[in-house]
Amino acid sequence: MTSAWTPDQPIVGIRDVHKSFGPIEVLKGVSLDVRKGEVVCIIGPSGSGKSTLLRCINALVPIDQGSIKVEGQEVHDAALDKLELRKKVGMVFQSYNLFPHKTALENVMMAPIHVLKRPKAEVEAQARRLIRKVRLEGKEDAYPGELSGGQQQRVAIARSLAMNPDIMLFDEVTAALDPETVKEVLVTIRELAEEGMTCMLVTHEMGFAREVGDHIYFTDRGIIVEHGPPATFFNNASDPRTRAFLSQIL
Amino acid sequence: MSGTSNSVVLKAVRVTAAQGESGFMASAFTPRALAVAFALFASLLLAGEAWAQLSSNGERLGILATLWKWMPLILFGPPREFGGFTLNILVSFLAMAIGTVTGLLLGLGLISRITPVRSVAWAITQFFRNSPWLVLLFFVMLLTPFQLRLGGLTIPLPGWFKATVGLALPIMANVAEIVRGAVNSIPTGQWESAESLAFSRLQTLWRIILPQCVKRMIPPWMNWYAILTMATPLISIVGVNDAMTLTQDALAAEQRTELLMPMYAMLLLFFFVYCYPIARWTIRLERKYAVRI
Repeated sequence: MTSAWTPDQPIVGIRDVHKSFGPIEVLKGVSLDVRKGEVVCIIGPSGSGKSTLLRCINALVPIDQGSIKVEGQEVHDAALDKLELRKKVGMVFQSYNLFPHKTALENVMMAPIHVLKRPKAEVEAQARRLIRKVRLEGKEDAYPGELSGGQQQRVAIARSLAMNPDIMLFDEVTAALDPETVKEVLVTIRELAEEGMTCMLVTHEMGFAREVGDHIYFTDRGIIVEHGPPATFFNNASDPRTRAFLSQIL
Repeated sequence: MSGTSNSVVLKAVRVTAAQGESGFMASAFTPRALAVAFALFASLLLAGEAWAQLSSNGERLGILATLWKWMPLILFGPPREFGGFTLNILVSFLAMAIGTVTGLLLGLGLISRITPVRSVAWAITQFFRNSPWLVLLFFVMLLTPFQLRLGGLTIPLPGWFKATVGLALPIMANVAEIVRGAVNSIPTGQWESAESLAFSRLQTLWRIILPQCVKRMIPPWMNWYAILTMATPLISIVGVNDAMTLTQDALAAEQRTELLMPMYAMLLLFFFVYCYPIARWTIRLERKYAVRI
């Protein structure tokens, strides 16, 4: 059940997932596959269940029905060690959620030290490297309150990367940023994608999705309406709902 | 008249606002606050003095001299005994310490995910938050034995200690509520991001949530300390040599009705001088931390 997974199989496999919050059914049977090294973008109108889907993948939100497998392991198996799963799946949020009482460097170092129990010196070296990678050298000792939104979001990305995840989930990470700072965050994500990190992005940045995505999914009212590689998706959308959405956005 | 007093108030506000981080003790006693306190004290004193003049037979000590005579007793208790205002302070420290430690644990019970733990913690909190302190005090005094036997060891439980425990109970319940409120005031995003970094619930609470709560908890916690200190004279009713008991003893010994008001005014002044700076400091911290949220 566990060790059967090989890299040629989907790293994330989602089958017929249903999820309701009270009387509202947010996901009405969603299925998709993500292969290792792939960048998948999920687009769609607000409230179509995109963020919920991401949260189900690292078990922040339990599902009602269906199956989600990460590296062959069923995520919503009661016996699954959620903490082990989350070590493999990094997540970055719209509202950054940095720990405000810790500096940028400490934010990056905390989880590897306390969760993975790795030696402090080694973690610090890696954290400094990651801070440089997201172009924030010199900001190591700044508190989140002293950083701009774009800078905070890049620290949040570095914080997730410090756990050496196999998959990164990005939940509308640029939605709270002003247009100039959106770019600096997108550059960071593009670099990650180019390095071969498996990424799932929920985004409203169509240009970015088209440029970086390997596969685009369009969700509306809890189902996947249409999907395909960016060239086909953006140029030859067949479903009227997709076309209506794209014509509003583009 | 009202115009001048308003301008005095404004001036005092400006003075406090202008003061920096340092020099807190200087700013705690603003000229206005001191003036109010001493005007009250002096007028009571004068009233007593006038009364004494009218009914005097010329052989008694003046009011001030009498107060001065009793002051050491009321502040520090009888010689070679622990008591007086110092005992009130000691009781307030101890009750606060016990109440804080138990209250933190009870507060964690209030946010527990285990339903029975949460229910029991909730019941305890509600019971002690909504009971009159004096009744709790009698309850503890009458319920606990005067000594404890642990194996061969006999631990005496003096009255003042039992009274301390009695006062610690409502503090415990209120500290628990402060903890619960502070934890709930932390945005859920903090929990989510900690969870997604594979922190366990306990680690999240200990390393991420509670450190952020400390700042928010300090002002209400200090507020409860001031309330507790002002409530310590309650222990005089259960037979402890605190400042209140000793003031009454002094009055009984003097048998002079003109001393009633000045004596109690002196006692009020002791509490005022101790509690007022705490109140000022609390307001200051509240303002300081309010900006950052």
